[in-house]
Amino acid sequence: MPRIDVLCHYMVPKHTLLTEDEVAEVLENFKITKNQLPKILRQDPAARAINAAEGDVVKIERESSTAGHCVAYRLVVDKETLI
Amino acid sequence: MMSTSIPKRIEKIQFALLSPKEIRAMSATKIITADTYDDDGFPIEMGLMDPKLGVIEPGLRCNTCGYKVDECPGHFGHIELAMPVIHVGFVKVIKSMLLSTCRNTTCGRLLMTDALRDEYQKQMDRFGTFQEALFNMEPVIDEVVKIAKDTSTCPHCGEEQKKITLDKPTSFREDGHKLTPKEVRERLEKISDDDLKVLGMNKMVARPEWMILKALPVPPVTVRPSITLESGDRSEDDLTHKLVDVLRINQRLQENRDAGAPQLIVEDLWELLQYHITTYFDNQTSGIPPARHRSGRPLKTLAQRLKGKEGRFRSNLSGKRVNFSARTVISPDPLISLDEVGVPEAIAKELTIPMRVHEYNLQQAKDLVLRGPDVYPGVNYVIRPDGHRIKVTDKNAPMLVEEKIEVGYIIERHLVDGDVVLFNRQPSLHRMSMMAHDVRIMGGKTFRLNLSVCPPYNADFDGDEMNLHCIQGEEARAEAKILMGVPQHILSPRFGGPIIGGIHDHISGMFLLTHGERYLDEMQTLFAVSLTDFAQKLPKPDKVEEAVGPDGSKRQVKYWSGKTIFSLALPDDFNITFKSAVCECDVKGNEPHDCPTDGFVEIINGKLIRGTIDEKAIGAFKGQILEKVVRDYGPDAGKAFINHVNRMAVMTVTILGFSTGIDDEDIPTDAKRQINERLIKAEQRVDRRVEAFQTGMLESMPGRSLEETLEVESMKILGNARDEAGKIAGRYLGLKNSAVIMAKSGARGSMLNLSQMSGSIGQQAVRGERINRGYLDRTLPHFKWGDLGAPAKGFVKSCYKEGLKPTEYFFHSMGGREGLVDTAVRTSRSGYMQRRLINALEDLKVLNDGTVRNTAGTIIQFKYGEDGIDPTRSVRGEPVNYADIMLEVFGAGDEKGSKSKKKGGDA
Repeated sequence: MPRIDVLCHYMVPKHTLLTEDEVAEVLENFKITKNQLPKILRQDPAARAINAAEGDVVKIERESSTAGHCVAYRLVVDKETLI
Repeated sequence: MMSTSIPKRIEKIQFALLSPKEIRAMSATKIITADTYDDDGFPIEMGLMDPKLGVIEPGLRCNTCGYKVDECPGHFGHIELAMPVIHVGFVKVIKSMLLSTCRNTTCGRLLMTDALRDEYQKQMDRFGTFQEALFNMEPVIDEVVKIAKDTSTCPHCGEEQKKITLDKPTSFREDGHKLTPKEVRERLEKISDDDLKVLGMNKMVARPEWMILKALPVPPVTVRPSITLESGDRSEDDLTHKLVDVLRINQRLQENRDAGAPQLIVEDLWELLQYHITTYFDNQTSGIPPARHRSGRPLKTLAQRLKGKEGRFRSNLSGKRVNFSARTVISPDPLISLDEVGVPEAIAKELTIPMRVHEYNLQQAKDLVLRGPDVYPGVNYVIRPDGHRIKVTDKNAPMLVEEKIEVGYIIERHLVDGDVVLFNRQPSLHRMSMMAHDVRIMGGKTFRLNLSVCPPYNADFDGDEMNLHCIQGEEARAEAKILMGVPQHILSPRFGGPIIGGIHDHISGMFLLTHGERYLDEMQTLFAVSLTDFAQKLPKPDKVEEAVGPDGSKRQVKYWSGKTIFSLALPDDFNITFKSAVCECDVKGNEPHDCPTDGFVEIINGKLIRGTIDEKAIGAFKGQILEKVVRDYGPDAGKAFINHVNRMAVMTVTILGFSTGIDDEDIPTDAKRQINERLIKAEQRVDRRVEAFQTGMLESMPGRSLEETLEVESMKILGNARDEAGKIAGRYLGLKNSAVIMAKSGARGSMLNLSQMSGSIGQQAVRGERINRGYLDRTLPHFKWGDLGAPAKGFVKSCYKEGLKPTEYFFHSMGGREGLVDTAVRTSRSGYMQRRLINALEDLKVLNDGTVRNTAGTIIQFKYGEDGIDPTRSVRGEPVNYADIMLEVFGAGDEKGSKSKKKGGDA
C-alpha cells in the first residue's frame, strides 16, 4: 500500500517542530512550564509525519473562519509512557 | 483571626488497609460496655460515649487531648471482636484471593508457577509502582486471577483445589462446606508477600488478612453526636445504635464461647455479629434485611452517609446551604424597571447588609439602630470592632446607640431600596439564570419582577419560586453590578442576540400602536406615554382636526401618529431597515419594498418612517431594533429602551383595548363548507392510493417499499390538506382579529394554532408515523381489519372548536402522550449531560492574556475560542456586522439611502 503523507491533506493543519530556543520563547511568552502545554501523542499521524520525539514541542497553524490565522503549541508525549 | 497560610499542592493520596495493630494503636480507649450514660447522665468509661473519644458538650474538655468543643477533633476507640468477622466492602477481593491461592494451609501459594508469576510481575513493573499506575495494571491483575482460579492443582504442593463460592453477602462455601471467617483469615495469612503484587495488593500498606476484622474502630463521638430533645431525653445517633448492637452481641458471643456453649449457639451468635457489622458499614447490602430503628425506619449507617444525592459528597461538599438568602413565589410587576426586583418587607427585615460606621454615616447608623430589629428599616446585629456580635433588641437599642455605636463598628442593617442582590431561578442552565438586580421594597409576600426578564430565567407565574442572595461586601457588590447586572445580559452569549426584550402584550401593544395609520388624540397619547418621561418632550401633533361639540362650539383636536409616539423611544441618530414579522412579501433579505401589510420597517434619524413594530423589532430573541440599540448605545440605553417600549405598549393596549375569545376563531359557514370539501377530497385521494396499493397498481418510490410509499404519500396528501384548510380559514381571519394579530406579530400563538382551532387538527403521529398500533391489524375496534384509510390511521378532520369524534379524540391523546413523554425524557437526559459537561469544565477560566487555563495552569486554548471573541458582543456568531458598518460609513442621511445600502449588502 502506498504511504500517504497526511500533511498534504487539506484538512490537516500545518505542523512544525520548534527548536529549543523557540520552545523557550513560547514558554516564556505564556509563563508556563513545558508540562502545562496541551499534549499531542508521538503516535499521532501528523506528529509521526514530522518525526516528532517525546519532549518536542509542535507548532500547529490553522486557518480559522472566524480568527483567520490561529496558532497552537503542543508537547509531544508517548502513549507507552503516558500515566 | 485566620492565619494566612501558603497553599500546598497535594502530591498524592495513599489508600491502605488498617491492620488490627494500627486500629489498637490509634484507639484512645477500648470499648467494652454497651451502655452509654449512667443514671446521673454522665458518660460511662469504656462505653460508647467515653469522654476520651472527644467532646460534644460545650464547656467540657477532652480527656485525651485536653481541648474544648470545636478544638478537639475527636478520637477513635476500638472494640475487640470475640471472633473475626468479614468486612463487607472487601468480599470481592477476598473471594478472588481465595480462588487464586492454594487451599492447603501449609502452602497457601499463588496457583501459578513462579516463572509465570515473575513474567506478569515484569509486565506490571513496566508501568511503575502501584501508586503511579494501578489503573494500567488492572487488566494484568484480572488476567492473573483468571489463570490462577482456573488452575485445579497447586503447582507447588500438588494439592487438589476445591470450588469456592460466595454466599451473598458475606459467607464463603467450599464444596458446600461453610468457611468461617477464621478459616478464611488463616488462608489469607498464608499468602506470601511475593505473590501479593500480581494479585493487586501493595505489601507495603496492606495485608489480605486485614480484610477480616479482629478489631473494629469506633468513630469519635463528634462523628455521631447525641442530641438532647426538649423533653430532656437523649437521642443517640444511628451509628451509636448500631455500635450498641455490635457490642451486645460481641459480649454474648464471648461469654458463650468462654463458657463452652454448644458449637451451634456460638455459630449463631457469630453470624449475628457478622450481620450487625455488615449493616454497620452498609445498611443497603443486598441479600440481607436492613437493620431498623425501633420506629421501623432503616438506620443510616456509614455507607448511607456518603452515598447518593443526599450523601456527604453531593449534598454537603459539592453544594452547601448558604446564609443571606431568601426564596419565595414570584409574580409580575410591569411598573418596576427591568433590573429591579420587588422584595417583600418581611424578607427585607431578615436579610441584612453589613454597614461600616464611619464619621460620615454615624448619625444615620445611630438612627437605624434606634429603630431596632422589628421596625423597618432597622438593624439586627451590631458588631464591635473586636468582632463580637451583639443582637439588637427593642430593649437594648437605646443603650447601644448611646453608649456603644461609634466609628469602627459594623451594623447589619435591613435591606433597603437600591441594594444590589443576586436573583436566581433553577435550573441554572446558563449565566443569565443568575443576575444582579436592584432592590425595591414592597408589600405583599412575593418577589416581583419585570416581565422582560422572564425569558432568561425561563420563569412564569404559575407558582414558580426564585432565590435571592444578598451581597455582603463592597467589592462583591461592584463586581455583581458590573458583570452580572441585568442590562449587561440583554445580549446573550448563547446566540449573540437579545434574550431580554418585549414579550406577549408588549408586542401586541406595539403592533396596535404602530401598524398602519393609527392616530391617537391628546388624551390617548398622554396616557400612552404616561409611564415614561416623554410627556414633556412630545413633538408637534401630526394632524390637527376641527371638531364640533354638541353645543355647536368648535375646537381643535390634536392627533399624534403611533409611529411618532414609538419614535420617542429611539435615539436621535438611529437608522435601520428590515422586514418585520408581519411582512409576507416574497422579498429576500432586507430589500426595501412597499409592503401591503406595512411590514417594511424604515427608521431614519430616530424616526419610524414606515413599518410595523413587532416581534422582529423589539421581541426577546428576535428584536433587531433592540439589538442595535444595545450594541451601539450600550446596555443602559438598552435598558431604558426596553423600559420605555414596554410601558408605552402596556398603556397603549390598556387604552385601545385588546381581547381575544373563542369567537375570534369563528369563520363563515361558507368557509367551513370549503374546508370540509377540501378535507373530503384529501380523504378520497388517500382512499384511491390505498386501492391502488391493494390492487398492486401503486408504484413504489425509489428506495422505499410499497407500504412505505403508501405511508409517505398519505402523510403528504393529508398534511397538505390540513395546511390548505388553515389557509382557507386564514382568508376569513384578517388583521382586525386579535388572535391573528397575536399570531402574526409574534406576540403569542401561531397561525397553525388558529387553523387547528377553526380549520382541521390534522394527522396525528406516533414515532413520526401515522398511528398504526392498538388492536390486531387495526387501530381501534371502530374500523375494519386492515383499513388503511385516513380516519382509521389517525387523521383528525375536526377542529378544536367543533370538537373531536371519539376515535379522533383517542388518536389525539396518543399523539399528545408521546409529546409529554418526549419532554420528560429529554429534560432528564439533557440535564445529566449538562451536569457531566459542567463538572468537566468548571475549573476553566480565561486569563488576561486571552488564554484559557485550568487550575493546574495547563493551557486549554491559546486564545479563547480560537479567535478571542466574546460571543455576547458577536453579531449572531459573526465577529462584525459588515452591512451595518458600511451603512454607518456611507450614511443613510439622504432620504432614499438605497445606493449606500446596496453597497452594504454586497459587502
